[in-house]
Amino acid sequence: MSQTLNASTLLVVPLAPLLGSVLAGIFGTKFGGNWIGRRLSHSLTILGVLVSFILSAVTLKSVAMDGAHFNETIYQWMVIGGLKMEIGFLVDGLTAMMMCVVTFVSLMVHIYTIGYMEEDDGYNRFFAYISLFTFSMLMLVMSNNLLQLFFGWEAVGLVSYLLIGFWFNKPSAIFANMKAFLVNRVGDFGFILGIGLLAAYAGSLNYQEVFAKSGELGQLIFPGTDWLLITVICICLFIGAMGKSAQFPLHVWLPDSMEGPTPISALIHAATMVTAGIFMVARMSPLFELSDTALSFIMVVGAITALFMGFLGIIQNDIKRVVAYSTLSQLGYMTVALGASAYSVAVFHLMTHAFFKALLFLAAGSVIIGMHHNQDIRWMGGVRKYMPITWITSLLGSLALIGTPLFAGFYSKDSIIEAVHFSSLPGAGFAHLAVLAGVFVTAFYSFRMYFLVFHGKERYDQNPDAHHDHHDDHSHDHGPHESPWVVTVPLVLLAIPSVLIGYLTIQPMLFGEFFNGAIVVDTVRHGAMAELKEVFHGPLAMAVHALSTLPFWLALSGVLCAFYMYRVNPALPTAIKARLQLVNKILENKYYMDWINEQVLARGARALGLGLWKGGDQAVIDGAVVNGSWRLVGRLAELARRLQTGYLYHYALAMIVGVLILMTWFVTRPALFEWLSK
Amino acid sequence: MDVKTAFFYLFSLVLVYAALRVVTARNPVHAVLHLMLAFSQAAAIWLLLEAEFLAITLVLVYLGAVMVLFLFVVMMLDIKIDQLRQSFWRHFPLAAMLGAVVVLEMAAVLLAGFRVSEAPLVAQQIGVEVEVSNTQSLGLLLYTQYVYPIQVAAVILLVAMVAAIALTLRQRKDSKAIDPGLQVRVKASERLQVVQVAATQVAERPASQENPT
Amino acid sequence: MTLTLGHYLTLGAMLFAIAVMGIFLNRKNLIVLLMAIELMLLAVNLNFVAFSYFLGDMHGQVFVFFILTVAAAESAIGLAILVILFRNRSNINVDQLDTLKG
Repeated sequence: MSQTLNASTLLVVPLAPLLGSVLAGIFGTKFGGNWIGRRLSHSLTILGVLVSFILSAVTLKSVAMDGAHFNETIYQWMVIGGLKMEIGFLVDGLTAMMMCVVTFVSLMVHIYTIGYMEEDDGYNRFFAYISLFTFSMLMLVMSNNLLQLFFGWEAVGLVSYLLIGFWFNKPSAIFANMKAFLVNRVGDFGFILGIGLLAAYAGSLNYQEVFAKSGELGQLIFPGTDWLLITVICICLFIGAMGKSAQFPLHVWLPDSMEGPTPISALIHAATMVTAGIFMVARMSPLFELSDTALSFIMVVGAITALFMGFLGIIQNDIKRVVAYSTLSQLGYMTVALGASAYSVAVFHLMTHAFFKALLFLAAGSVIIGMHHNQDIRWMGGVRKYMPITWITSLLGSLALIGTPLFAGFYSKDSIIEAVHFSSLPGAGFAHLAVLAGVFVTAFYSFRMYFLVFHGKERYDQNPDAHHDHHDDHSHDHGPHESPWVVTVPLVLLAIPSVLIGYLTIQPMLFGEFFNGAIVVDTVRHGAMAELKEVFHGPLAMAVHALSTLPFWLALSGVLCAFYMYRVNPALPTAIKARLQLVNKILENKYYMDWINEQVLARGARALGLGLWKGGDQAVIDGAVVNGSWRLVGRLAELARRLQTGYLYHYALAMIVGVLILMTWFVTRPALFEWLSK
Repeated sequence: MDVKTAFFYLFSLVLVYAALRVVTARNPVHAVLHLMLAFSQAAAIWLLLEAEFLAITLVLVYLGAVMVLFLFVVMMLDIKIDQLRQSFWRHFPLAAMLGAVVVLEMAAVLLAGFRVSEAPLVAQQIGVEVEVSNTQSLGLLLYTQYVYPIQVAAVILLVAMVAAIALTLRQRKDSKAIDPGLQVRVKASERLQVVQVAATQVAERPASQENPT
Repeated sequence: MTLTLGHYLTLGAMLFAIAVMGIFLNRKNLIVLLMAIELMLLAVNLNFVAFSYFLGDMHGQVFVFFILTVAAAESAIGLAILVILFRNRSNINVDQLDTLKG
């Protein structure tokens, strides 16, 4: 039975966090007069997000169990020509799942923040921002038209900027937030081009109307070239996804975004904002299916990201940076799945990744609090004795990440690897090798971090950069201690789905009816999902079968290598680093991408601007045209002035000369004409 | 060569000589006198051209009035003669060139366009061939077709006279004449003031009587 | 040889040219300037009369009549201006009349 969901209920979902954000942001800060204190701030915002989550869960149940569906315009706010600009919601399986993920992770992060940001002055502002983010992300996923999607897209970018630069007196934070915003803008440029092309050729921004025209759109050629129009549109849209979901080469902002507080790294840069690109491609699946070139491109870009970002994760010493590069790598995995037309697998991995990555970030944050804001894993070790809950949840998260059978990550990752294996597009071979190699690399760096932080000797006193804590409310022991319950409860609550959700939902999501109508796959040309379905015999069987597949052994060997290198023989990493100095240098400079961006592109653009300013604006426009025109007039006037001598006889002479000239003209005119017409 | 031609050459040579001396004379009085000579020769040439009235008019008006006026002014002004000839020779080449150009162009026009070798036509009045004197024929034309321009010419002369007087008139500094308008506007109160004085007054005792010696 | 129109016109041209040279060359004497102008007018009058005679048309002489009138008026006013100029500057140097210089 298909029923329509209630529009008012759906409206409450994004608006409740918005209300909380506005109240906390205006009345809780100096802007509105500091009327409400911390407790009221966090209570209001958490209440808003909680309401949102409950309603999202209810919606999910309606969609999943009762097959409910909603696609309506709530409010039309402008019509230009034939183009309608509306606020509307499209709620199907994909949306409902995203709503639940977003609100759940947001709720966990809100609760966590009570403990993490306890000592910060911008407490109320932070809650306002994360609630605002929740609103923006919900508007993005619930949208039924490209314009609202873009609104949500830009809004999450804005809030990400605000949050990365939350500690705005730190220069590195400001640098990072500008970098994030600008790199995103590069992606948005492509995105807008894609939206524009769609609006121009399909005449509408509404998903349903655009998809209805997808057949015709697939036949058109982009004028002036021999490229298919739909390929150009899809690549432009994907460029937007590359910016938002940090694919190579627009990935450079994500590691820098770790300048922001850890809760937002968990919320925005792991679970939700960066997945907006993946969501968007999945949502646009009817269009992407029409273009093999675009899908190939997506797959190759994703494969490059998955593998090469993983390599960078191996050498990081900041606990958050390890997890950041891990996020980049996993986003690459999702993108590869999209390229293989396995949209449901990509979105499934999105969901499982949201849980275990948010868990890993929050656990890292917990460790950071416990280590008195030291973030360098070289000076940790043996933390498991002091922070048991953090330790266990971290372990569960890491196991999920590397794809241990039965954990959530295993189901999604292995499905991706198989889907790529079945894909026949150009570049699939490379992608397959990349994702397989990535399994080893992921396992290696995850457990490198795990062993260095939670096991081994305690190295807290060896930190050369350590400064004595300036917080006077801690007692003078420098050992770590477990975090308060507001921090650990979200960890536990996130660990549960990290373990269980894969097992429970793989069947209905990938091979069932859940994404019917939301995701469209051309099963004839892109048969990966169909073949995947054939080899799937249930989650338990898949787990058992995994023991005989390559990914499992790669993951296991990665764990064992990490164990050997960081527990048994700690001198080995140093020796390898000394031997492979060139490789190490390239990795430490992040493949020189930052150098290219800062020195070549940024400096080049500034030099170009400077040159155009000096040469074009000042010299040509100001100098030659504006100033030049009056100077020319002045000089001509000066010359003309010399005729005015004031002497009568000169004037008389001028008259006579004039008469002479006229006479000459009249005398010679017939002869001249005769001569000219010869 | 007949007499007319000989006279023509005589008169034109003198005319050209006089004209040259007008522009090159050091003494302005000499220049004026040579101009008078030039005009007289021109009058003679006009006589050759059977324009008697105009020739006489030239003598009367120009020589008799205008040139005399020039002489008056030249003699009235205290002109320093020695300063007058500087920078003459410096500009001579350019002036000579201009003059030559003028002559050449006029010659070109002549050669190109005019029936220069024909004999003169007889003066004709509107279809009627009548032998009248130059004066009469001029008069016939002036008082019929050109009546209005005559009146305008008269007004021009009047204006010239008035303008010349107005420009150069100076007031006499020792004149006692008063503007009659001012005289008429006088008021009694500006000329007469009535003062009340008593008819009889007590005499004042002289100061010397108070103090007997 | 008979006199033709060309003779008279040539004479007129020469007079005119001399007068032009006179205007240009005389920088120190305003009176000579005025006299040169009179010469120019004379040259023009000569042309008119010559044409009138050779083409048999009286209108040329009528025009000379008017030119005479206007020339007389103009020389009267010109001399008046000259007198005032002399009164103010005590010389009639054309070279020194340059206050309208641009």
